[in-house]
Amino acid sequence: MTQRHEITLTINGTKYMVNVEPRHTLVDVIRDECGQTGTHIGCEHGICGACTVLVDGEPVRSCLMFAVQAQGCKIRTVEGLQQGDQLHPLQEAFMRHHALQCGFCTPGFLMLAVGVLEKRLDIEEEELIDILSSNLCRCTGYQNIIKAVRVAAAEMKVRA
Amino acid sequence: MKPAPFSYHLPTSIEQAVALLAELAPEDGRILAGGQSLVPTMAFRMARPAHLIDINAIGELARLEVRADAVRIGACVRHAVFENDIEPGPTGALLRKVAGNIAHYPVRTRGTFCGSIANADPASEWCCVMVGLDGIVELRSVRGTRRVPAAEFYKGVMTTTLQEDELLVAAELPLLQPGTRTGFIEFSRRKGDFAIVMVLVAYRLENGRMVDARVAVGGAEPYARRIAEAEAVLNGQVPGIDVFGEAAGAAAAAVDPMEDNNNSASYRRGLVRALTQRSLEGAK
Repeated sequence: MTQRHEITLTINGTKYMVNVEPRHTLVDVIRDECGQTGTHIGCEHGICGACTVLVDGEPVRSCLMFAVQAQGCKIRTVEGLQQGDQLHPLQEAFMRHHALQCGFCTPGFLMLAVGVLEKRLDIEEEELIDILSSNLCRCTGYQNIIKAVRVAAAEMKVRA
Repeated sequence: MKPAPFSYHLPTSIEQAVALLAELAPEDGRILAGGQSLVPTMAFRMARPAHLIDINAIGELARLEVRADAVRIGACVRHAVFENDIEPGPTGALLRKVAGNIAHYPVRTRGTFCGSIANADPASEWCCVMVGLDGIVELRSVRGTRRVPAAEFYKGVMTTTLQEDELLVAAELPLLQPGTRTGFIEFSRRKGDFAIVMVLVAYRLENGRMVDARVAVGGAEPYARRIAEAEAVLNGQVPGIDVFGEAAGAAAAAVDPMEDNNNSASYRRGLVRALTQRSLEGAK
């Protein structure tokens, strides 16, 4: 008999009571149990970064964390970026600067960038490139992603 | 793929954790800390532990203490902590230099220093730091506490003297003397990949001459170690390109490098030479 756990996950401020096996990864539970399918599953072993979400403000690979471990943590996913009709500056910039094509990696890149920019809006170019190298994108060649994050950082500074 | 089923345990004290480990280790129970190495191997089903003992709820293990003569790093201290100087001296600066080389930022926010040194991957940066700085690991079990010098802890590729019922509760790094110059360089083909070779160096000057020289090499051999032959070349000499080159040559001659499909022993040996020279030249 497989052990199951009743846990409560807080995703973008909403509480979800779910019943999970310990082996269920955070990303699987976010998608399958909580219905928040904006977060994508890529490699499932921590290489591609498609499943990046914020856990207590820090970007993490949600395929390398078990859902039972996220009990009591504040989780943020791509669904939480838009406020009403207003896209997040990063979402705007990604659209305007063609920082996505197929869109598969985009939620991961957005959450990675949000996690970093919310702490450090004045991040240096070299370090930004270093951090964005965490995630894989097979469409854009990365240059437009870097450009979009730069533009969004400037916009977030104005709004701050 | 998805990990195989396991039972999950969440102890809230070290005593509970080691009691669980004593009970469950013989039934293939394992410790879960950051999970950045264990969970991928579980996803591939190369590891199928029957029990995971999650130590993240043990507050004491999250503690990082800077003492007068050493840094004590609890088992749940994450890599990312070291991206800011944890102390104002050369040790803090060295740990910051090293931390940026570990995988990628979202891995560093979860992965732990002690998990890395217990996992004992030959390419682990923290293993190289532990031997380079003469660190000590503290191992706890229901049988008691053992303190093991890093130089005696590693036995082979991902193999240590850690017993199955022992929890690595903390690592201690003696602080480097004020004024110590340090360097760390690793080489991998892509940013964030496992290093093929890494070199850590440290020395300080007394009357213009190098003393307490340290040269530690990781990635080249089954486990990181200090290279006494290279350190002997440096001690007592005035720092300079020629003596650095001689030390680099001594390090390259002293290692017995591993081979894999992409990297021959002679390639790794060449990297040991080049990275030793560069780390020494760049040490500050």
